Amino acid sequence: MSDSDDERAAMRAMHLRFEQAVPHNRALGLRVISMEDARAAYLLPYAPHLVGNPETGVLHGGAISAAMDAACGAAVFQALPRPMIIATLDLRIDYLKPATPGRDVTIRGHCYKVTRSVAFVRGVAFHDDEADPIASGTGSFMLGTSSRLRAAEDGA
Amino acid sequence: MSQRLIELITAAKQAGDISRLVEAVPYARFLGVSAVHVDGELRGYLPFSEHLIGNPILPALHGGVISALLESTAIFQLMWEAEAIVLPKTITLTVDYLRSGRALDTFARGILTRQGRRVANVRVEAWQDDRSRPIAVASAHFLVDASALPAAAP
Repeated sequence: MSDSDDERAAMRAMHLRFEQAVPHNRALGLRVISMEDARAAYLLPYAPHLVGNPETGVLHGGAISAAMDAACGAAVFQALPRPMIIATLDLRIDYLKPATPGRDVTIRGHCYKVTRSVAFVRGVAFHDDEADPIASGTGSFMLGTSSRLRAAEDGA
Repeated sequence: MSQRLIELITAAKQAGDISRLVEAVPYARFLGVSAVHVDGELRGYLPFSEHLIGNPILPALHGGVISALLESTAIFQLMWEAEAIVLPKTITLTVDYLRSGRALDTFARGILTRQGRRVANVRVEAWQDDRSRPIAVASAHFLVDASALPAAAP
């Protein structure tokens, strides 16, 4: 293993701990399935408190988009050459079909381009078959943000 | 759309109180999001809570939480303003994040940009302590359940 492999492994482990510490990810019940170069996959287990339509039991779009945001952000982090704070700049979700009540959802994010300041991602949500998606997402993330930087930009 | 849901929406509109409808949605209860009438306008309201945090270091609200507030507020506005009883289905939601959401209460306001027979467009804005400094804006397209429109009824 080279030094950079070691670094990447350490970064991945650190990131895994970070993701598991995110309160909202825990509240959603999100579980990490895999983290690899520029890709991340999460499992969103079906849960009654995430239902949007009480008549049908279909998951709320918000739960899918929250998981999409998490998976896309994690994919960006996996694509970075070194750890830095990232922030979602924009995210578009297309809802392709309702999630089937009672079934878990898998969300995969892929960061396909990293520039100096911005990273670009695509994501997909599905039950078993990625070719039959529930939702797709596309977004961009700002790199190297911090609360101090944001405050300075805001002129605060 | 089921009879029970139609009744729920009708009752909420007649009572001028959409909050009952919101309480029927488990995900809205989980987040703590509600609909409030302030100064003659309908607003989405999300009180701060620990389980909404996405970045514990800053701390900042989870982007997905802000997105859910924006989407919910857009749906409230559409259901509220539509003359017919509609249950909007989100087609596309685009969120621009302008500032990080701090550990504060968040508000949102939706504007029905266009109401068509099949598709409606809503723009939404979310802010915290200063309305002139929005933390996020969104644009959403909804499919309107045409079977519930009076014109489509037998």
